[in-house]
Amino acid sequence: MNKWKIVPPLVALALWELLAGLGWLGKTPTPVQAVRGIYELIATGLPPGYHLQGHLLASLARVFSGFAVAFVIAVPLGILMGAWPLASVIVDPLVEAIRPIPPLAWAPLALIWFGLGLASAAFIVFLGAFFPILLNTVSGVKSVDPHLVEAARTLGARKRTILGRVLVPGSMPSIIIGMRIGMGIAWMTLIAAELIGVKNGYGLGYMIMTARDLARYDLLVAGMVVIGVVGFLIDWLIRLGEKRLLRWR
Amino acid sequence: MAMKTTGQALSLRGLSKTFIEKKTGKELEVLDSIDLEIEPGSLTCLVGPSGCGKTTLLRLIGGLEMPTAGEVLFEGTPVTGPGPERGMVFQEYALFPWRTVLKNVSFGLDIEGMPGVEARRRAESYLETVGLTGHEDLYPRELSGGMKQRVAIARTLAVEPRILLMDEPFASLDAQTRNGMQEFLVELWQRTGTTVVFVTHSVDEAVFLGGDIVGLSRRPARVVDTFTNSMEYPRGRTEPEFIALRARILEYLTREMSDA
Repeated sequence: MNKWKIVPPLVALALWELLAGLGWLGKTPTPVQAVRGIYELIATGLPPGYHLQGHLLASLARVFSGFAVAFVIAVPLGILMGAWPLASVIVDPLVEAIRPIPPLAWAPLALIWFGLGLASAAFIVFLGAFFPILLNTVSGVKSVDPHLVEAARTLGARKRTILGRVLVPGSMPSIIIGMRIGMGIAWMTLIAAELIGVKNGYGLGYMIMTARDLARYDLLVAGMVVIGVVGFLIDWLIRLGEKRLLRWR
Repeated sequence: MAMKTTGQALSLRGLSKTFIEKKTGKELEVLDSIDLEIEPGSLTCLVGPSGCGKTTLLRLIGGLEMPTAGEVLFEGTPVTGPGPERGMVFQEYALFPWRTVLKNVSFGLDIEGMPGVEARRRAESYLETVGLTGHEDLYPRELSGGMKQRVAIARTLAVEPRILLMDEPFASLDAQTRNGMQEFLVELWQRTGTTVVFVTHSVDEAVFLGGDIVGLSRRPARVVDTFTNSMEYPRGRTEPEFIALRARILEYLTREMSDA
Protein backbone atom coordinates (compact mmCIF):
# COMPACT_ATOMS: atom_id res chain seq x y z
CA MET A 1 0.00 0.00 0.00
CA ASN A 2 2.66 2.45 1.10
CA LYS A 3 4.97 1.91 -1.84
CA TRP A 4 2.23 3.10 -4.22
CA LYS A 5 2.60 6.58 -2.71
CA ILE A 6 5.50 7.14 -5.08
CA VAL A 7 3.31 6.64 -8.18
CA PRO A 8 1.36 9.95 -8.40
CA PRO A 9 4.48 12.16 -8.17
CA LEU A 10 6.23 9.99 -10.76
CA VAL A 11 3.25 10.29 -13.11
CA ALA A 12 3.22 14.06 -12.59
CA LEU A 13 6.94 14.27 -13.32
CA ALA A 14 6.60 12.18 -16.46
CA LEU A 15 3.70 14.32 -17.64
CA TRP A 16 5.72 17.46 -16.97
CA GLU A 17 8.73 16.04 -18.85
CA LEU A 18 6.49 15.19 -21.78
CA LEU A 19 4.60 18.49 -21.99
CA ALA A 20 7.69 20.67 -21.41
CA GLY A 21 9.67 18.55 -23.89
CA LEU A 22 6.98 19.19 -26.55
CA GLY A 23 7.30 22.89 -25.78
CA TRP A 24 3.65 23.15 -24.64
CA LEU A 25 4.57 24.87 -21.34
CA GLY A 26 6.26 27.90 -22.82
CA LYS A 27 9.66 28.56 -21.34
CA THR A 28 9.22 26.10 -18.49
CA PRO A 29 12.19 23.69 -18.42
CA THR A 30 11.78 19.93 -18.18
CA PRO A 31 12.56 18.15 -14.89
CA VAL A 32 15.72 16.74 -16.42
CA GLN A 33 16.88 20.24 -17.35
CA ALA A 34 16.11 21.42 -13.83
CA VAL A 35 18.17 18.65 -12.27
CA ARG A 36 21.04 19.46 -14.61
CA GLY A 37 20.55 23.05 -13.46
CA ILE A 38 21.24 22.03 -9.87
CA TYR A 39 24.57 20.63 -11.00
CA GLU A 40 25.39 23.85 -12.82
CA LEU A 41 24.45 25.89 -9.74
CA ILE A 42 26.93 23.87 -7.69
CA ALA A 43 29.72 23.70 -10.28
CA THR A 44 29.57 27.07 -11.98
CA GLY A 45 27.34 29.16 -9.76
CA LEU A 46 24.84 31.89 -10.59
CA PRO A 47 26.03 34.44 -11.46
CA PRO A 48 29.18 32.46 -12.28
CA GLY A 49 31.42 32.33 -9.24
CA TYR A 50 28.47 32.60 -6.85
CA HIS A 51 28.04 28.93 -6.05
CA LEU A 52 24.94 27.25 -4.65
CA GLN A 53 26.78 26.45 -1.42
CA GLY A 54 27.32 30.16 -0.82
CA HIS A 55 23.68 30.99 -1.50
CA LEU A 56 22.54 28.20 0.78
CA LEU A 57 24.86 29.22 3.60
CA ALA A 58 23.78 32.86 3.39
CA SER A 59 20.09 31.93 3.53
CA LEU A 60 20.61 29.50 6.41
CA ALA A 61 22.59 32.10 8.38
CA ARG A 62 19.74 34.60 7.97
CA VAL A 63 16.97 32.18 8.80
CA PHE A 64 18.71 30.68 11.83
CA SER A 65 19.78 33.99 13.35
CA GLY A 66 16.25 35.40 13.04
CA PHE A 67 14.73 32.16 14.27
CA ALA A 68 17.12 31.90 17.22
CA VAL A 69 16.22 35.38 18.46
CA ALA A 70 12.51 34.62 18.02
CA PHE A 71 12.87 31.37 19.96
CA VAL A 72 14.86 32.89 22.81
CA ILE A 73 12.29 35.65 23.33
CA ALA A 74 9.04 33.84 22.46
CA VAL A 75 9.45 30.75 24.67
CA PRO A 76 10.14 32.48 28.02
CA LEU A 77 7.55 35.17 27.23
CA GLY A 78 5.00 32.52 26.27
CA ILE A 79 5.63 30.57 29.45
CA LEU A 80 5.22 33.73 31.51
CA MET A 81 2.00 34.61 29.69
CA GLY A 82 0.62 31.10 30.05
CA ALA A 83 1.45 30.85 33.74
CA TRP A 84 0.65 34.37 34.82
CA PRO A 85 -2.66 35.87 33.62
CA LEU A 86 -1.49 39.44 34.26
CA ALA A 87 1.37 39.02 31.78
CA SER A 88 -1.16 37.89 29.21
CA VAL A 89 -3.36 40.90 29.88
CA ILE A 90 -0.41 43.24 29.35
CA VAL A 91 1.16 41.57 26.32
CA ASP A 92 -1.91 40.27 24.44
CA PRO A 93 -3.11 43.59 22.98
CA LEU A 94 0.40 44.34 21.74
CA VAL A 95 0.70 40.91 20.16
CA GLU A 96 -2.70 41.15 18.52
CA ALA A 97 -1.86 44.61 17.14
CA ILE A 98 1.42 43.52 15.52
CA ARG A 99 0.59 39.96 14.47
CA PRO A 100 -1.73 40.80 11.53
CA ILE A 101 1.02 42.85 9.82
CA PRO A 102 2.75 40.50 7.36
CA PRO A 103 6.50 40.29 8.15
CA LEU A 104 7.36 41.48 4.63
CA ALA A 105 5.41 44.69 5.20
CA TRP A 106 8.15 45.52 7.70
CA ALA A 107 10.83 45.28 5.01
CA PRO A 108 11.02 49.00 4.15
CA LEU A 109 11.14 49.94 7.82
CA ALA A 110 13.75 47.23 8.47
CA LEU A 111 15.90 48.73 5.71
CA ILE A 112 15.68 52.14 7.37
CA TRP A 113 16.52 50.71 10.79
CA PHE A 114 19.17 48.15 9.93
CA GLY A 115 20.23 48.91 6.37
CA LEU A 116 20.55 46.20 3.74
CA GLY A 117 22.23 43.21 5.37
CA LEU A 118 21.95 40.28 7.73
CA ALA A 119 20.19 42.26 10.47
CA SER A 120 17.35 43.33 8.19
CA ALA A 121 16.74 39.83 6.90
CA ALA A 122 17.01 38.33 10.37
CA PHE A 123 14.53 40.88 11.67
CA ILE A 124 11.95 39.94 9.04
CA VAL A 125 12.53 36.24 9.75
CA PHE A 126 12.17 36.98 13.44
CA LEU A 127 8.74 38.49 12.85
CA GLY A 128 7.68 35.45 10.86
CA ALA A 129 8.82 32.93 13.46
CA PHE A 130 8.00 34.81 16.64
CA PHE A 131 4.21 34.64 16.78
CA PRO A 132 3.69 30.95 16.06
CA ILE A 133 6.25 30.06 18.73
CA LEU A 134 4.75 32.50 21.23
CA LEU A 135 1.13 31.46 20.72
CA ASN A 136 1.89 27.76 20.80
CA THR A 137 3.95 28.14 23.96
CA VAL A 138 1.12 30.03 25.68
CA SER A 139 -1.44 27.42 24.69
CA GLY A 140 0.99 24.66 25.70
CA VAL A 141 1.35 26.04 29.21
CA LYS A 142 -2.39 26.53 29.51
CA SER A 143 -3.06 22.97 28.42
CA VAL A 144 -0.89 21.40 31.12
CA ASP A 145 -3.16 19.21 33.26
CA PRO A 146 -3.96 21.22 36.44
CA HIS A 147 -3.79 17.97 38.41
CA LEU A 148 -0.08 17.83 37.67
CA VAL A 149 0.38 21.27 39.17
CA GLU A 150 -1.61 20.26 42.24
CA ALA A 151 0.32 17.02 42.60
CA ALA A 152 3.57 18.98 42.45
CA ARG A 153 2.31 21.42 45.09
CA THR A 154 1.36 18.62 47.47
CA LEU A 155 4.84 17.18 46.97
CA GLY A 156 6.36 20.42 48.18
CA ALA A 157 6.91 22.34 44.93
CA ARG A 158 6.86 26.14 45.00
CA LYS A 159 6.06 28.47 42.11
CA ARG A 160 9.46 28.44 40.43
CA THR A 161 9.80 24.70 40.71
CA ILE A 162 6.34 24.26 39.20
CA LEU A 163 7.33 26.54 36.33
CA GLY A 164 10.57 24.72 35.60
CA ARG A 165 9.62 21.14 36.41
CA VAL A 166 5.97 20.98 35.43
CA LEU A 167 4.87 23.78 33.10
CA VAL A 168 7.97 23.84 30.88
CA PRO A 169 8.24 20.09 30.25
CA GLY A 170 4.45 19.84 30.02
CA SER A 171 4.32 22.44 27.25
CA MET A 172 7.25 21.02 25.28
CA PRO A 173 5.10 19.22 22.68
CA SER A 174 3.28 22.45 21.95
CA ILE A 175 6.50 24.49 21.88
CA ILE A 176 7.93 22.13 19.28
CA ILE A 177 4.81 22.48 17.15
CA GLY A 178 5.30 26.25 17.39
CA MET A 179 8.92 25.80 16.30
CA ARG A 180 7.91 23.79 13.27
CA ILE A 181 5.25 26.27 12.18
CA GLY A 182 7.55 29.18 12.99
CA MET A 183 10.43 27.71 11.01
CA GLY A 184 8.17 27.06 8.02
CA ILE A 185 6.98 30.65 8.01
CA ALA A 186 10.52 31.92 8.64
CA TRP A 187 11.83 30.06 5.61
CA MET A 188 9.03 31.33 3.36
CA THR A 189 9.47 34.85 4.63
CA LEU A 190 13.22 34.80 4.13
CA ILE A 191 13.08 33.66 0.51
CA ALA A 192 10.50 36.36 -0.23
CA ALA A 193 12.67 38.94 1.54
CA GLU A 194 15.67 37.93 -0.53
CA LEU A 195 13.67 38.55 -3.69
CA ILE A 196 13.64 42.21 -2.72
CA GLY A 197 17.40 42.35 -2.53
CA VAL A 198 20.51 41.37 -0.63
CA LYS A 199 23.76 43.20 -0.11
CA ASN A 200 26.42 40.56 -0.59
CA GLY A 201 24.96 38.88 -3.68
CA TYR A 202 24.21 35.62 -1.85
CA GLY A 203 20.88 34.03 -0.94
CA LEU A 204 18.61 31.39 -2.49
CA GLY A 205 15.79 33.87 -3.10
CA TYR A 206 18.22 36.28 -4.68
CA MET A 207 19.64 33.45 -6.76
CA ILE A 208 16.32 32.58 -8.38
CA MET A 209 15.67 36.26 -9.10
CA THR A 210 19.02 36.36 -10.87
CA ALA A 211 18.01 33.30 -12.88
CA ARG A 212 14.87 35.12 -13.95
CA ASP A 213 16.79 38.23 -14.92
CA LEU A 214 19.15 36.13 -17.05
CA ALA A 215 16.21 34.19 -18.52
CA ARG A 216 17.77 30.94 -17.22
CA TYR A 217 14.51 29.17 -16.42
CA ASP A 218 16.23 25.82 -15.87
CA LEU A 219 18.29 27.39 -13.08
CA LEU A 220 15.20 29.16 -11.74
CA VAL A 221 13.32 25.88 -11.32
CA ALA A 222 16.49 24.18 -10.02
CA GLY A 223 16.68 26.88 -7.34
CA MET A 224 13.03 26.36 -6.42
CA VAL A 225 13.66 22.64 -5.98
CA VAL A 226 16.62 23.38 -3.70
CA ILE A 227 14.52 25.79 -1.62
CA GLY A 228 11.81 23.15 -1.23
CA VAL A 229 14.22 20.39 -0.30
CA VAL A 230 16.03 22.55 2.27
CA GLY A 231 12.72 23.59 3.85
CA PHE A 232 11.74 19.94 4.05
CA LEU A 233 15.07 18.93 5.59
CA ILE A 234 14.87 21.61 8.28
CA ASP A 235 11.40 20.40 9.26
CA TRP A 236 12.67 16.83 9.24
CA LEU A 237 15.49 17.81 11.59
CA ILE A 238 13.05 19.41 14.03
CA ARG A 239 10.84 16.32 13.89
CA LEU A 240 13.88 14.16 14.57
CA GLY A 241 14.70 16.30 17.61
CA GLU A 242 11.07 16.03 18.69
CA LYS A 243 11.20 12.25 18.60
CA ARG A 244 14.32 12.23 20.74
CA LEU A 245 13.07 14.82 23.18
CA LEU A 246 9.52 13.54 23.51
CA ARG A 247 10.16 9.82 23.80
CA TRP A 248 7.65 9.77 26.63
CA ARG A 249 4.68 10.41 24.35
CA MET B 1 -19.20 16.53 71.24
CA ALA B 2 -16.08 16.59 73.34
CA MET B 3 -13.11 17.88 71.43
CA LYS B 4 -9.61 16.88 72.21
CA THR B 5 -7.09 19.58 71.53
CA THR B 6 -3.96 17.49 71.51
CA GLY B 7 -2.85 14.18 70.14
CA GLN B 8 -5.02 14.27 67.04
CA ALA B 9 -3.54 13.89 63.61
CA LEU B 10 -6.25 16.04 62.17
CA SER B 11 -8.98 18.24 63.59
CA LEU B 12 -11.62 19.88 61.45
CA ARG B 13 -13.43 22.64 63.31
CA GLY B 14 -16.59 24.21 61.97
CA LEU B 15 -15.25 23.78 58.50
CA SER B 16 -17.37 25.48 55.83
CA LYS B 17 -16.75 26.13 52.18
CA THR B 18 -18.78 28.21 49.77
CA PHE B 19 -17.77 28.56 46.14
CA ILE B 20 -18.75 31.60 44.13
CA GLU B 21 -19.36 30.91 40.48
CA LYS B 22 -17.29 33.32 38.43
CA LYS B 23 -19.80 33.91 35.64
CA THR B 24 -23.06 34.19 37.51
CA GLY B 25 -21.80 35.25 40.91
CA LYS B 26 -24.02 32.56 42.40
CA GLU B 27 -22.97 31.05 45.69
CA LEU B 28 -22.61 27.31 46.07
CA GLU B 29 -22.45 26.07 49.63
CA VAL B 30 -20.48 22.84 49.62
CA LEU B 31 -19.49 22.19 53.23
CA ASP B 32 -21.51 23.23 56.26
CA SER B 33 -19.55 23.42 59.52
CA ILE B 34 -17.87 20.04 59.56
CA ASP B 35 -16.36 18.87 62.83
CA LEU B 36 -14.14 15.84 62.70
CA GLU B 37 -11.25 14.36 64.67
CA ILE B 38 -8.86 11.91 63.09
CA GLU B 39 -6.51 9.88 65.25
CA PRO B 40 -2.91 9.19 64.32
CA GLY B 41 -2.48 5.86 62.57
CA SER B 42 -6.17 5.50 61.77
CA LEU B 43 -7.68 4.61 58.42
CA THR B 44 -10.80 6.71 57.94
CA CYS B 45 -13.16 6.60 54.99
CA LEU B 46 -15.40 9.47 53.97
CA VAL B 47 -18.57 8.45 52.18
CA GLY B 48 -21.57 10.39 50.98
CA PRO B 49 -23.92 10.97 48.06
CA SER B 50 -22.07 11.84 44.85
CA GLY B 51 -21.39 15.53 44.48
CA CYS B 52 -21.79 16.09 48.21
CA GLY B 53 -18.42 17.72 48.73
CA LYS B 54 -16.21 14.81 49.86
CA THR B 55 -13.50 15.80 47.45
CA THR B 56 -13.67 19.44 48.51
CA LEU B 57 -13.28 18.34 52.11
CA LEU B 58 -10.15 16.40 51.24
CA ARG B 59 -8.78 19.29 49.21
CA LEU B 60 -9.22 21.57 52.21
CA ILE B 61 -7.21 19.16 54.34
CA GLY B 62 -4.59 19.00 51.60
CA GLY B 63 -4.45 22.78 51.52
CA LEU B 64 -5.42 23.00 47.85
CA GLU B 65 -8.53 25.00 48.85
CA MET B 66 -9.01 27.47 51.68
CA PRO B 67 -12.07 27.28 53.93
CA THR B 68 -14.71 29.99 53.97
CA ALA B 69 -15.11 29.48 57.72
CA GLY B 70 -13.60 27.23 60.37
CA GLU B 71 -10.19 25.65 60.25
CA VAL B 72 -8.19 22.53 59.55
CA LEU B 73 -5.65 21.69 62.24
CA PHE B 74 -2.94 19.27 61.23
CA GLU B 75 -1.15 18.05 64.36
CA GLY B 76 -2.46 21.15 66.07
CA THR B 77 -1.24 23.63 63.43
CA PRO B 78 -3.64 25.41 61.06
CA VAL B 79 -3.29 24.39 57.43
CA THR B 80 -2.53 27.33 55.16
CA GLY B 81 -1.50 25.54 51.98
CA PRO B 82 -0.29 22.27 50.56
CA GLY B 83 2.76 20.57 52.05
CA PRO B 84 4.65 17.31 51.69
CA GLU B 85 3.68 16.24 55.22
CA ARG B 86 0.14 15.81 53.87
CA GLY B 87 0.47 13.55 50.86
CA MET B 88 -2.33 13.43 48.31
CA VAL B 89 -3.27 10.69 45.87
CA PHE B 90 -5.64 11.70 43.09
CA GLN B 91 -8.21 9.71 41.19
CA GLU B 92 -6.53 10.83 37.95
CA TYR B 93 -3.10 9.52 39.10
CA ALA B 94 -1.54 12.85 38.00
CA LEU B 95 1.76 11.26 37.03
CA PHE B 96 4.21 13.41 35.10
CA PRO B 97 4.07 11.81 31.64
CA TRP B 98 7.57 13.03 30.69
CA ARG B 99 9.19 11.39 33.71
CA THR B 100 9.96 7.72 33.99
CA VAL B 101 8.42 5.69 36.80
CA LEU B 102 11.55 6.15 38.90
CA LYS B 103 11.72 9.88 38.18
CA ASN B 104 8.07 10.28 39.08
CA VAL B 105 8.64 8.65 42.44
CA SER B 106 11.72 10.76 43.12
CA PHE B 107 10.04 14.05 42.11
CA GLY B 108 9.45 15.27 45.65
CA LEU B 109 12.99 14.28 46.62
CA ASP B 110 14.56 15.93 43.57
CA ILE B 111 12.87 19.26 44.22
CA GLU B 112 13.86 19.32 47.85
CA GLY B 113 17.46 18.97 46.65
CA MET B 114 18.23 15.45 47.79
CA PRO B 115 21.39 14.18 46.07
CA GLY B 116 20.63 12.06 43.02
CA VAL B 117 22.05 8.80 44.29
CA GLU B 118 20.16 8.98 47.56
CA ALA B 119 16.92 10.05 45.84
CA ARG B 120 17.27 7.15 43.46
CA ARG B 121 17.81 4.66 46.26
CA ARG B 122 14.84 5.95 48.18
CA ALA B 123 12.61 5.94 45.10
CA GLU B 124 13.67 2.38 44.37
CA SER B 125 12.81 1.30 47.86
CA TYR B 126 9.32 2.81 47.59
CA LEU B 127 8.83 1.20 44.21
CA GLU B 128 9.61 -2.05 45.94
CA THR B 129 7.03 -1.18 48.60
CA VAL B 130 4.33 -0.90 45.94
CA GLY B 131 5.60 -3.98 44.10
CA LEU B 132 6.89 -2.27 40.97
CA THR B 133 10.56 -3.17 41.06
CA GLY B 134 11.77 -3.67 37.50
CA HIS B 135 9.52 -0.98 36.03
CA GLU B 136 11.80 1.97 36.88
CA ASP B 137 12.52 3.08 33.34
CA LEU B 138 9.03 2.85 31.88
CA TYR B 139 6.99 5.94 31.10
CA PRO B 140 3.49 6.34 32.57
CA ARG B 141 1.78 5.74 29.21
CA GLU B 142 3.24 2.23 29.25
CA LEU B 143 1.52 1.32 32.54
CA SER B 144 -1.94 -0.03 33.34
CA GLY B 145 -4.28 2.00 35.54
CA GLY B 146 -3.49 -0.02 38.65
CA MET B 147 0.25 0.32 38.09
CA LYS B 148 -0.09 4.05 37.54
CA GLN B 149 -1.87 4.43 40.85
CA ARG B 150 0.83 2.38 42.58
CA VAL B 151 3.44 4.73 41.16
CA ALA B 152 1.42 7.71 42.35
CA ILE B 153 1.19 6.18 45.83
CA ALA B 154 4.94 5.48 45.86
CA ARG B 155 5.60 9.05 44.75
CA THR B 156 3.53 10.36 47.64
CA LEU B 157 5.06 7.95 50.15
CA ALA B 158 8.59 8.84 49.05
CA VAL B 159 8.41 12.28 50.69
CA GLU B 160 7.32 10.45 53.86
CA PRO B 161 4.06 12.25 54.61
CA ARG B 162 2.54 11.89 58.05
CA ILE B 163 -0.93 11.60 56.59
CA LEU B 164 -2.11 10.15 53.30
CA LEU B 165 -5.13 11.82 51.67
CA MET B 166 -6.69 9.67 48.99
CA ASP B 167 -9.39 11.01 46.68
CA GLU B 168 -11.28 8.09 45.15
CA PRO B 169 -7.94 6.68 44.06
CA PHE B 170 -9.31 3.39 42.76
CA ALA B 171 -12.49 4.73 41.14
CA SER B 172 -11.29 4.43 37.56
CA LEU B 173 -9.90 0.90 37.93
CA ASP B 174 -11.72 -2.25 36.87
CA ALA B 175 -13.37 -4.25 39.67
CA GLN B 176 -10.68 -6.91 39.90
CA THR B 177 -7.75 -4.49 40.00
CA ARG B 178 -9.70 -2.39 42.41
CA ASN B 179 -10.10 -5.21 44.95
CA GLY B 180 -6.41 -5.96 44.62
CA MET B 181 -5.52 -2.35 45.26
CA GLN B 182 -7.75 -2.25 48.35
CA GLU B 183 -5.96 -5.26 49.79
CA PHE B 184 -2.65 -3.66 48.90
CA LEU B 185 -3.63 -0.44 50.68
CA VAL B 186 -4.65 -2.25 53.88
CA GLU B 187 -1.38 -4.11 53.90
CA LEU B 188 0.59 -0.94 53.20
CA TRP B 189 -1.23 0.94 55.93
CA GLN B 190 -0.59 -1.84 58.45
CA ARG B 191 3.07 -1.91 57.49
CA THR B 192 3.72 1.85 57.55
CA GLY B 193 1.27 2.97 60.21
CA THR B 194 0.58 6.18 58.27
CA THR B 195 -2.70 7.95 58.98
CA VAL B 196 -4.99 7.57 55.97
CA VAL B 197 -8.07 9.56 54.99
CA PHE B 198 -9.81 7.90 52.09
CA VAL B 199 -12.66 9.40 50.09
CA THR B 200 -14.88 6.99 48.21
CA HIS B 201 -18.39 6.74 46.83
CA SER B 202 -18.28 2.97 47.16
CA VAL B 203 -19.79 1.66 50.38
CA ASP B 204 -18.20 -1.71 49.78
CA GLU B 205 -14.78 -0.09 49.56
CA ALA B 206 -15.39 1.97 52.71
CA VAL B 207 -16.41 -1.10 54.73
CA PHE B 208 -13.46 -3.08 53.43
CA LEU B 209 -10.96 -0.37 54.34
CA GLY B 210 -12.25 1.91 57.03
CA GLY B 211 -11.76 1.74 60.77
CA ASP B 212 -14.03 4.73 60.95
CA ILE B 213 -16.48 5.44 58.18
CA VAL B 214 -17.74 9.01 58.21
CA GLY B 215 -21.08 9.48 56.47
CA LEU B 216 -21.72 12.89 54.98
CA SER B 217 -25.02 14.44 54.02
CA ARG B 218 -26.08 15.77 50.66
CA ARG B 219 -24.62 19.12 49.70
CA PRO B 220 -23.92 21.21 51.69
CA ALA B 221 -22.18 18.35 53.45
CA ARG B 222 -22.47 17.85 57.20
CA VAL B 223 -21.34 14.85 59.20
CA VAL B 224 -24.42 12.67 59.57
CA ASP B 225 -22.98 9.67 61.32
CA THR B 226 -19.72 7.90 62.03
CA PHE B 227 -19.74 4.12 61.68
CA THR B 228 -17.03 2.19 63.47
CA ASN B 229 -15.84 -0.99 61.87
CA SER B 230 -13.85 -3.15 64.28
CA MET B 231 -13.59 -6.17 61.99
CA GLU B 232 -10.13 -7.73 61.70
CA TYR B 233 -8.11 -7.23 58.53
CA PRO B 234 -8.13 -8.67 55.94
CA ARG B 235 -11.90 -8.47 55.86
CA GLY B 236 -14.11 -10.95 54.11
CA ARG B 237 -16.70 -9.25 51.96
CA THR B 238 -19.17 -12.08 52.51
CA GLU B 239 -18.97 -12.19 56.32
CA PRO B 240 -22.25 -11.38 58.09
CA GLU B 241 -20.67 -8.49 59.98
CA PHE B 242 -19.43 -6.95 56.71
CA ILE B 243 -22.81 -7.31 55.06
CA ALA B 244 -24.65 -5.93 58.08
CA LEU B 245 -22.49 -2.82 58.28
CA ARG B 246 -22.75 -2.28 54.55
CA ALA B 247 -26.53 -2.47 54.85
CA ARG B 248 -26.56 0.12 57.64
CA ILE B 249 -24.45 2.53 55.62
CA LEU B 250 -26.50 1.99 52.49
CA GLU B 251 -29.60 2.70 54.52
CA TYR B 252 -28.24 6.06 55.63
CA LEU B 253 -27.13 6.87 52.05
CA THR B 254 -30.52 6.01 50.62
CA ARG B 255 -32.14 8.19 53.25
CA GLU B 256 -29.80 11.04 52.41
CA MET B 257 -30.47 10.82 48.73
CA SER B 258 -34.24 10.58 49.00
CA ASP B 259 -34.78 13.37 51.58
CA ALA B 260 -36.18 16.30 49.73
